[in-house]
Amino acid sequence: MTPRWKYWLIGGLVIAVIAAAIYFPILRRRVKRAARLQQQSEEQARRELTQPIAINPGDPRVKTKLFWALDTIDSTLVPVTVELPLSNDPVLRSKQVLNTLLAGPVDAELRTLPPDALLLAFYLLPDGTAIADFSEALATSIPSGIVSEQLAVNSITRTLEANVPQVQRLKILIHGQEVETLAGHLDLTGTFVVNTQPALAPVKPASTSTPGADKLAQPERKP
Amino acid sequence: MGLLSVALLAAVMVSPSQTATQTQQPATGTAQPANPPAATPQGGVAGSVASPFGAQAQQGGLNVVVLDPAHGGTDPGARGTGGIRESEIVLDFAIQVRRALELQGFQVVQTRQGNDNPSFDDRSASANAQRGAVFVTLHISSTGLQSTARVYVNSDLAPVADSNGLIPWERAQAPFLGLSRKFGDLVQGFLTQRFKGSPDAAQTASVRQLRTTAAPAIAVEISSVTVEDRADLDRMAPGVADAIARGAAAFKPTYVVPNSPGALP
Repeated sequence: MTPRWKYWLIGGLVIAVIAAAIYFPILRRRVKRAARLQQQSEEQARRELTQPIAINPGDPRVKTKLFWALDTIDSTLVPVTVELPLSNDPVLRSKQVLNTLLAGPVDAELRTLPPDALLLAFYLLPDGTAIADFSEALATSIPSGIVSEQLAVNSITRTLEANVPQVQRLKILIHGQEVETLAGHLDLTGTFVVNTQPALAPVKPASTSTPGADKLAQPERKP
Repeated sequence: MGLLSVALLAAVMVSPSQTATQTQQPATGTAQPANPPAATPQGGVAGSVASPFGAQAQQGGLNVVVLDPAHGGTDPGARGTGGIRESEIVLDFAIQVRRALELQGFQVVQTRQGNDNPSFDDRSASANAQRGAVFVTLHISSTGLQSTARVYVNSDLAPVADSNGLIPWERAQAPFLGLSRKFGDLVQGFLTQRFKGSPDAAQTASVRQLRTTAAPAIAVEISSVTVEDRADLDRMAPGVADAIARGAAAFKPTYVVPNSPGALP
């Protein structure tokens, strides 16, 4: 005759096994989810810390030239002039114009940079060297090729050239790291020339600005 | 890499049949006529002699074309919606370009024969090991006007300023920029005759592959992987091959490689 307590023990063990069989898959899903969240946390933290610099309406309105593509098949850039309130601080100003460039033109087909790319950080060294740190999307989402990669970099350098005279050369980082190429072709190990003249003159607001609305000017070709 | 240099004063005899897989001597830092000084990218792993002087030059200059089908291996390059991969197409193009160059009497060295992906430095090393060679890297773009072809030469590089006659590996292309421009314009001219809508002259870009190449070097980029039918690209291959071969043949007489060691091209 089997003692009664053994039945209770066996029954208890069976219940524990069933409970474990139900709970373990749930636990495994939670662990996987936690691992994913941990992987994303660094990028999320960066994104939260590097929200696009807000345009301060109190800043003087300036005619800002942004370089986007002429059309969808040509590799030519054309400046589009927009009146924006921009800071006189060259770092803030650079962030403002680059974020506006990243936001893209009205016609999204003419954008030169991937829509999911972000400017993570921007620094300006005393010798005029600027360092722009972009999110990985700049490298991973851009169409691969010499022509498309050069168009992207040229749109950045020419936009800085036109709006921030203090920036003389530009170093591009991807997610805080120096990379060999943008997307397999264009060399990012060096710096790109932005302004050849050491222009340190203060930036003046546009004298013909019209408060209230941003106006798009006709594109013009740079000679 | 900063201290690794390409010796310009070398007078070593390097066979044009050398390929990228050949073992090179480590850098010596000095120029000795009978002992090849070598640049050693990546710490000497894939080092290579780079000198525009020597056997080929003495035999009349340009004889070797180093052909570089870009990407490969885990790097497919540009990808089209129809599954077209840049790395595969440029390899197919290279076969036809090679044939056209050989018909013009050139010896061709390819940086890759199959689906592997040599480093940028290894590809440059296969050109830098040659004498009197030119370098052509083949690409297919993701964008641009369909059925056009563009030639790129490297952007301006800081001038070579080493008093020892050494070219830093990182700027090996610097003394060749003028020759690259001349070669690029010739090839672009022939491409434009074939492919309407292509530019009239070679363009400038900071192409990573060109920067470390100590030879007249161009990148040829075809548009594009976004074609609906791959046959559209395949049909361009004979024209591209012919243009490159004719460009190289036209460039050959102008590529005067100094016989005297120490002179820049």
